[in-house]
Amino acid sequence: MSNPIVQVRNLTKRFGDFTAVDNISFDIHKGEILGLLGPNGAGKTTTIHMLLGLITPSSGTIHMFGLDLAQHRETILQQVNFSSTYISMPFSLTVEENLKVVARLYSVKNMQQQVDSIIEKLEMEDIRTRLTRKLSSGQMSRLTLAKALMTEPKVLFLDEPTASLDPDIVDKIKAFLKEYQRNAGLSILYTSHNMREMEEMSNRIIFLQHGQIVAEGTADQIVQRYAQRDLEEVFLKLAREPKAQ
Amino acid sequence: MNVGRIGGLLSRHLYLYQRSFARMLEIFYWPFLDLVVWGFITMYLKDAGVSLHGAVAFFLGALILWDVLFRAQQGVAVSFLEEMWSRNLMNLFASPLTVGEYLVSTMIMSILKVTAVASLMMVFAWVFYSYDMLKIGFSLLPFILNLVLSGWIIGVLTTSIIMRFGQQAEVLAWGMVFLFQPISCVFYPLEVLPSWLQSIAWMVPPAHIFEGMRAVLVDGILPVTHIIWATGLNLFFLVAIVAWFYHTFNVCKEKGMLVRVGE
Repeated sequence: MSNPIVQVRNLTKRFGDFTAVDNISFDIHKGEILGLLGPNGAGKTTTIHMLLGLITPSSGTIHMFGLDLAQHRETILQQVNFSSTYISMPFSLTVEENLKVVARLYSVKNMQQQVDSIIEKLEMEDIRTRLTRKLSSGQMSRLTLAKALMTEPKVLFLDEPTASLDPDIVDKIKAFLKEYQRNAGLSILYTSHNMREMEEMSNRIIFLQHGQIVAEGTADQIVQRYAQRDLEEVFLKLAREPKAQ
Repeated sequence: MNVGRIGGLLSRHLYLYQRSFARMLEIFYWPFLDLVVWGFITMYLKDAGVSLHGAVAFFLGALILWDVLFRAQQGVAVSFLEEMWSRNLMNLFASPLTVGEYLVSTMIMSILKVTAVASLMMVFAWVFYSYDMLKIGFSLLPFILNLVLSGWIIGVLTTSIIMRFGQQAEVLAWGMVFLFQPISCVFYPLEVLPSWLQSIAWMVPPAHIFEGMRAVLVDGILPVTHIIWATGLNLFFLVAIVAWFYHTFNVCKEKGMLVRVGE
């Protein structure tokens, strides 16, 4: 197997007495979609925030493209982006203005061309000049996805990108993401509470519980290992297990 | 330092200002009202025969210079609030933008604000009260530059506190600068302060500026000592406060507060 694009080793984050992420290690390879599964508070978002350099780990290392995030933040983040249902963008700017600001922050070449291209790909032409505060939740999700993809990242972190969206939009976003990922050879870390979506999107899944990795493998491997009917049953079984003392 | 990224963040604020009525009010309305009120007070004092050398210059000049300090501080602190209100901090600090580039862009933003507000106030003062501030001449330049530096210091201090303590501290963006107003001796000479407070005031760069401005008006000479003191103190405090901002930023990243600011 090729060298991993993302290499996480013994990553731990403590907030006082509470351990949000407890000594986890994993790799993401080029072109791979790694699913990060777990109940609320399992440490998924904290892990993504550490990978984005927004939270400093208590211990452990994060390497991307062979570089240490702690020492090469700018070089790494230039090639990384993220999207989440829970993030926002400046409300008083139009969709196009927001994308232009992001393009400048990431030093995107041919800015106008890239903005036009992503607007076309994500079918956002009708909302190009609309103020961000007037977007529906589905349109907002498309905007945050557009801002993440426009910079042509090599690694993408998607934190519940389809939460609270209607099935039609979810289906469109998933289809777009899969095609884009295939064409661009993008590596993705994907979190979701939707088991079917997770099975459909991910090449491999990591199950986090109480900040620890409790299961790892393909969806089929995990289902078989826990002798359950599907991933949802595995989720319920693992999520309801009390924390080992 | 990446100029493109600094320009990117700057463009985000310029987009905002071009269509925000509330933010335009900040530039036109409040400075204009300040000037009208202080202009009438000055006229009243003159009519009442209050003996004050260059009363108009004393008050209107001080008011315009105070606004330079106030707007320079706001340019830094309110820019951070804009990001907090729109929950955009995560987008910014998960991008390659560095803390230094962030600070530089807010400082440039503050220069743009100061330029707009001070120019307007000078024009208003000239039109309504026949007060030509430019008569102070080249002395004005070191005064203004030092007040901008002081504004940045208070702005970065305010931003650090808001970043550390969140929305509950956002009122400081408007209030913090007024904490320094009494000891900056904007509208009165430093000697009116009690002696113990005078010792503190001498450590505050704007006090040297306003004392210096009065010296120019009364004696017509540039008080080099005040300028040197103001510049020295400003540079010292600026380095210290920027270092403290970096420290606070790292503390917020360790405590996971950066992703929660504004919630």
